[in-house]
Amino acid sequence: MSTIIDVQDVTKSFGGVLANSDVSLQVERGGITGLIGPNGSGKTTLFNSVVGYHPIDSGSIHFEGQEISKLPVQKIARLGLLRTFQQTRIYGAMNCVENMLISMPHRKMTFLESFGRNTAEDRERAEMLLDFVGLYEKRWLRSGSLSFGQQKLLEFAMALMNEPTVLLLDEPTAGINPTLINGLIDRLKRANSDFGITLFIIEHNMRVIMNMADTIYCLAHGKLLAKGSPDEIQNDQRVIDAYLGAH
Amino acid sequence: MKKTLFYAVLLLITIAAPYLFPDYGTQLATLWLMIIVALTWDMTGGQMGYNSLGNIFFYGTGMYVAALITIGMVHPIGEYTDASRSELMLFTEGQYFTGLIVGSLGAGLFCALSAVIIGYITFGLRGPYFAIGTLGVAIAAGELVSNWDWVGGGQGIQLPVYPGDLDTGKVVFYFLFAITGVALFIFLKWLYSTRFGAAINAIRDDEEKAEAMGIHTMRYKLTAWALSAFFVGVAGGISAFQLIHFEPLETAYQTINLGIFMVVCVLLGGKGTLWGPVVGAILFHVIKEVTWNYLLGWQWVALGALIVVTVVYFQDGIMGWLMHNKPEWFGMRVEKKEQEGTA
Repeated sequence: MSTIIDVQDVTKSFGGVLANSDVSLQVERGGITGLIGPNGSGKTTLFNSVVGYHPIDSGSIHFEGQEISKLPVQKIARLGLLRTFQQTRIYGAMNCVENMLISMPHRKMTFLESFGRNTAEDRERAEMLLDFVGLYEKRWLRSGSLSFGQQKLLEFAMALMNEPTVLLLDEPTAGINPTLINGLIDRLKRANSDFGITLFIIEHNMRVIMNMADTIYCLAHGKLLAKGSPDEIQNDQRVIDAYLGAH
Repeated sequence: MKKTLFYAVLLLITIAAPYLFPDYGTQLATLWLMIIVALTWDMTGGQMGYNSLGNIFFYGTGMYVAALITIGMVHPIGEYTDASRSELMLFTEGQYFTGLIVGSLGAGLFCALSAVIIGYITFGLRGPYFAIGTLGVAIAAGELVSNWDWVGGGQGIQLPVYPGDLDTGKVVFYFLFAITGVALFIFLKWLYSTRFGAAINAIRDDEEKAEAMGIHTMRYKLTAWALSAFFVGVAGGISAFQLIHFEPLETAYQTINLGIFMVVCVLLGGKGTLWGPVVGAILFHVIKEVTWNYLLGWQWVALGALIVVTVVYFQDGIMGWLMHNKPEWFGMRVEKKEQEGTA
């Protein structure tokens, strides 16, 4: 497997708060990489840096060999590097199918093609993906009227509709009913294996991340604390200490 | 079938209206103008979430560009607009109609181009800042033009009168506005059904999310505003010929009249819908004319009250109210997946 996202010595501070300090990590193409750490350890900051949400102070971020740390959000998204939000963001006034059709990959369209209508295949694909996340029956409802968990599933389906190369998921299971989580784990794994999407996931639910990820990175106080397979991370004393507040 | 019949009846009314109510020819033409500016305002305000208070800029600029093209094709502009001019400068019938068509279309193109330029600067502003920024552009343009002697300064421009029977002229202007309006409606009905329509809706609902999904937000915003400006520019050009004489502050860049009316029309009818601006424009125009006739002296108070009530209590407008109370009319429902394999 080759490296698809290569983060080298990234430092980012907000005023006096050092959110990330010399963080280096690699995401392997085709795999599932996890990012864990106690609250406030800088996980979301790192995600935001990768997708171009804010400039980094120093370091470099490469995506498929291209330096992206100076590119704006849209350009990075158009390279096929997509993220979902911790606070779910969907288009609340529209129904689910419209939400899906809006998420068509505009980067693969020419300007003139954007004046075309969505084809029957596009609609079929939208409905197939809504079925995939279990929202088929509610597809004509206003998406803002769905529950928070269902909105998260919709956002996940929208991300799949966009056919990304890499998908960054910020706490995909937060706020989702525990009985649905197993289903979601299964869907995330299938997105990875069936659709070939590389996943990079922030997750607080240890059961979820230990079940899915090939490699896990652990952040604490903005620094990279540990890297390893789920087993190694689970048995790493430094990680346990960080979560129990020994740092 | 029912829909085809509905549209056929509407088209018939549109064609018959100036003959059925010959005394209201100019009023009906103005009604179409209101529909055009309301529909174009809704393209950015309702469908894209960018509430511009400066769309009147394209109306005024359209007037000037159409007039200057018409004059410039026949006479030197500086001499024509010279206030101390004593000699007559006339237009033949052919020159008049060429000017009307070429001028109005040229005005549309010029406005589309200026929308791209202004948009490039102002689309960095969001929410109320965009509204104020664009309002500033319209006011500044009016002031600049009124101090620009080459285009007639504060006196404005006098265009030739319609060559031929004046009553026929009224019908001609009615149909020019009506054709522009119908063309705009059909164009928007198509545009909102494309991926482009969906993309500008996405910008309205959550621009940050749209960016994060890789939508070319700036490109789509500029295109939407340019298309909107094109139609306003054309309507402005036709208005210039209909009014014969116009001046910069009260007629062309009339920020406090038409510039606000178009927003109220859309809010009243329901923004972000195709029919809302049309319904709103008709209703608003009728209310406005009725208050002008029967509440003279109090007409601005009545109109102000209407604006306040609409903005405070009835923000979603008529179509929005219908959507909220009759969601099933608009296809919002729970639909089970069809059982496979059962006959």
